[in-house]
Parts: sequence; structure tokens; C-alpha cells
Amino acid sequence: MSEKSSVNWEQLEAKPEFRALLAKKKAFIVPAFVFGMLYYLALPVLVGYFPEMMKTKVWGEVNVAYVFALSQFIMAWVMAFLYVRVATQWDKAAAAVIHGQG
Amino acid sequence: MFLAFVGLTLLITFWAAKKNTGASAYFAAGRSITGWQNGLAVAGDYMSAASFLGISGMIYVAGYDGFMYSVGFLVAYITVLLIVAEPLRNAGKYTMADLLAYRLKPRPVRALASLSTLVVSTFYMIAQMVGAGAIIKQLIGIDFEPAVIGVGVLMLVYVVFGGMLATTWVQIIKALLLMVGALLLSYLVLQFHDFSFTKFFDAVAHADYGGSAEPKNLMEPGLKFGVAVAGPWGPIDLISLCLGLVLGTAGLPHILVRFYTVPDAKTARSSVVWAMAIIGLFYIMTTLFGFGAATIIDKATLTTAGKLDVNMVAPVLAQVLGGELFFAFISAVAFATILAVVAGLTMSASASFAHDFYSNVIHHGKENRPGQEIRVARITAFCVGAASIAFAIYLGPTVNAAFLVGLAFSVAASANLPVIVLSVFWKRFNTSGAVAGLAVGLVASILLILLSPSGIYGKDAPFPLSNPGIVSIPIGFLAAWLGTILTPRDPEAEAKYAELTVRAHTGLGSEKATAH
Repeated sequence: MSEKSSVNWEQLEAKPEFRALLAKKKAFIVPAFVFGMLYYLALPVLVGYFPEMMKTKVWGEVNVAYVFALSQFIMAWVMAFLYVRVATQWDKAAAAVIHGQG
Repeated sequence: MFLAFVGLTLLITFWAAKKNTGASAYFAAGRSITGWQNGLAVAGDYMSAASFLGISGMIYVAGYDGFMYSVGFLVAYITVLLIVAEPLRNAGKYTMADLLAYRLKPRPVRALASLSTLVVSTFYMIAQMVGAGAIIKQLIGIDFEPAVIGVGVLMLVYVVFGGMLATTWVQIIKALLLMVGALLLSYLVLQFHDFSFTKFFDAVAHADYGGSAEPKNLMEPGLKFGVAVAGPWGPIDLISLCLGLVLGTAGLPHILVRFYTVPDAKTARSSVVWAMAIIGLFYIMTTLFGFGAATIIDKATLTTAGKLDVNMVAPVLAQVLGGELFFAFISAVAFATILAVVAGLTMSASASFAHDFYSNVIHHGKENRPGQEIRVARITAFCVGAASIAFAIYLGPTVNAAFLVGLAFSVAASANLPVIVLSVFWKRFNTSGAVAGLAVGLVASILLILLSPSGIYGKDAPFPLSNPGIVSIPIGFLAAWLGTILTPRDPEAEAKYAELTVRAHTGLGSEKATAH
């Protein structure tokens, strides 16, 4: 942390570019996280309270419950993919904010 | 095969010991681990013996409901990826408490964070050691006590001499072995069913345990948490379990320290993605072992002394499908898994004690003689290891490992996660809030588990849920929030929020990799 004294953190934090970066991150992370949690928690709620509906067979012996559980894996992977894609753009924005500092 | 693994890992430890030249090297592997390597190490830390052996067994018995654990274990990484990994890497040094101590008063915060790290790691470790002793006894016929002592001593060698670098490489090798074993086992299960998913799922829906039991439909939910089996609280217990898994992972200290071993936040991010790919694939395969075993292995094969030993489902499945050589391989993988996870836990516990408690609480964060922090970490590793060995032997092979693991996840979700999140995202958050959140989250988790059906009262428990997350997580957040708003604002902490925000989101001034 040798650059502690040479960096004006308040000034950086107040930069419009930095504020824009934070707003962009928030605009992605908050809805993505909320969606992920709701989608995930729907699984125990449906399995716990609507077991008969979840036992409906969709393909041979494979039922809605199993398909929904597998879809959670797909959901997590797709979300990770989307996150990495937008986060790569944030890296550039972050580099621009701290350009010439530290 | 055991000996080959042990020999290889000792070589790595020897190599790592020569490279350990300073605190950053010892505690964070010199921040030199690459994205895919750390992804494998995170996955390795996470896919413990409890997951590999325990979940295969749970699906064998409870079918679909056992699979719920597998789903939660992967989805939990959304929390890690989106909320925790990058800010943690950017603003910390060696431990979770570094992030908290950034703008709060370091001594109380570090003392409590260190305590909660020790509690989580020790309980998790005792669970692993007890499991290890029992499994090794079955697999290679060594008695429980010598098996536990053997595991403990080996693990101490890795941690004390090799530090984070050796621990990480042991983890990587073990993750690779585990994936190879899991893929082979899945292949053999599918081969048994003529590579036809229709046939496989048909057999699962009419699983009769190799013809030894009444057929039951393992594809249908409700065999463990359904109202008919678990009573009216069953579904809430399931939801509570899911909450604990999905929020607890992001508070497990031995997972969090992994993000300090990489050079920057971008690598931390890519390592989470690698980990998610491996963990997801692995946990989907658990349905092949668990479901598959129910269609192949009869219950008598798994019963010793009148008790169904569900932990042996995966090894026995390997024996039935692949013969003695494959059984030996899967057993060696299980053994490697236990060793590696126990080493990872000891590493994070000792790092936290030495860095947070010894250096920063007792010595006020002043620079000591160089190497002192590492020496303390080694001594702590030794004590934590010895204590876990003693506890595991004292509790004996019959202790309920699920209880201990549940406790670890619950403390992580209820004590650690709230303060991590609030410290990064809430400007007003202050020291009293962090202390209240950590202390109340820790106490609430321990109390609720003691009062639950897996605690001291057994079936007559006053608290009906085995998984306290749905109650204890809100309590943790509430305590942190109340602790903050009921005490005066802390201008110093709020002033440093700007610095923390810039650091967390840009990586400016973060700890750099050290050259070797």
C-alpha cells in the first residue's frame, strides 16, 4: 500500500467516470443476482409445496422437478458467461478511471 | 496407489518449501496462481469427501432430495462471482478480515472475524477427519484412531512446511484425480444401462437396490424433505438448507482465501468461472453415481453390522462396475480428497489466527520481526491440527458429520457474509455493526443448531429446523444493521469508504504478485 499517500481517493471516487462505472455495475449485478436467487429459491418452494405438479413427467420417467433442477446448472453457467462478458468492459472503464494514478 | 499420491504430494511440499520466502509466499502462494489453476483449487477445496461420498449416499437413499444439495453447491457460486470475489481480491491481503478491517476499527473486527474463521474451519475439519477415519478404516483396514492421526500428521506436513503453495497444488492434483474418477464412474454407470438415458431413468424410477428392496421412485421429490416424511416443517427446512448453501459458500474462509492466491481481480473472476464449470459438471455426475447405485448395488452389500453405510456408495459402485483396481483408484481419490480439504482448512484457520489475531490484535498491526507471522501460523496449524485430531478421536466414528458441516455453512452465511456485504456496499456501516453482526450471527447459528433435531435434543428438539439458515441469516443481517444505526456515525469509517470503493471496483493499489 505504498501509494496510499499519493492517491486522492475522494477525488477519484467523485469522478463522473467512476460514478458511471459503479452505476453500470449496479445496473447489471443487482437484477442479475436477484433473478438468480429467485430462480433458485423457486426450486425448493415448488418442490416443497407443489410436489404433485413437480412430479409431472415430461420425457419418459424424467419429471418437471428434475428438469427444473438441471436448468439451475444451465442458469448458473449462462449467468457466469454473461457476467464475464460485461465485466470485461468494466475492466476497461476501471483502467480509464485510474489512468495516471498509482 | 495411496502411497503414490502421498509421495507425489510430499515432493510438491518439498518444492514449495524451498519457494516460501516470505509472508505473501506462505499465505497467498506469492499471488502467482493462474485462473484455471485456482479454479481447480477452489473446486478441489469445495468438492470435499462429504460431497463426493456423502451426496452419492444421500441420492442413493433419498433420491431427488439428495440432489438438492448438488444444485445448491453450484448456484452458490453466483453469489461468490457477482458479490464477493473481486472486491475481496482488490481490497484484501491474506484473510477475510482484511476487507472488514479496511475502514472499521481493526482490533475488535479482526478478533471476531478470526474467531468465526476458527469456528467454521475447526468444525468443518472435525467433520472431515471423522469421515476420513471411518472411510480409511473401511477402505484400507486401518483402525479409526491411527487413520485419523495419519491424516492429521500428513496434512500438517503440507501446511507447516509447504504453506499455501503446496496446499494449492495438492488441491489441484486432487481435483483432477476426482474428475477423472467421476468421469470414469459415470461412464461405467451409463455403460451398465447400455448408454441409454431412457433406460437409465426408467431404472431409476423403479429403483429396487439391486433387487433387494421394494422399488421406489427416486426421481420424485419428497423422500427426505416431503411433508409425508419430514412433517409440516419439511419444506421450510429444505428452503432453509438452500438459503444456507447459496449464501454460506461466499462466507467460507477456506474458499475466500483462495482469491488471494491469484495476481488480480480479473484472474479471481476467471478462476470462479473455471470452478463453476468443474463443480457443475461434477455435481451433475453425482446423480449418475447416486441414482445409478440404487439400480445396481443391493442394500446388503452396503450394510455393515446391521447399519447401512451410505458413505461407501461411490467406492462400492466402483468395485462392482470396475473391479478391484478401480475400487483402489476411487478409494485413493477419496483419501486424497480428505487430505487436501483438511489441509486447505488448516491453512485458512492458521492464516487467520496469525495474521488477524496475533499480528493485528495482539501486536496492533505493527511490523514484527520478519517471519514472525509465518512462525505463528505454523504453530497455529500445529495446534488446530492436533486439536482436530484429538476432537475427532474423542467424538469417535459415530458423530453426526452433517451436524458439523451444517454448522460451518450456517456460521459462514449468518456471521461472515452479512458483514462482508455490508462493509463493501453500505457507507454508514460501522465497527459496532460489524461486531454485532459477527457475534450475533455466530451465537445464533450455534444455538439454533444445538436446539435443532440434529443437536442435543434429537427428535424432541424445540427448534424444528435442522438447517437454521432461514432464521439465522436474517438475524445476522439484522444485528449488523441495528448495531450500526443504534450507534453514532463513524466519520472515519465513512471517510474511508471512498477509498475502499475505489480499491474494490478498480483494483488500484491492490496487493501485487511477488516475483519468484
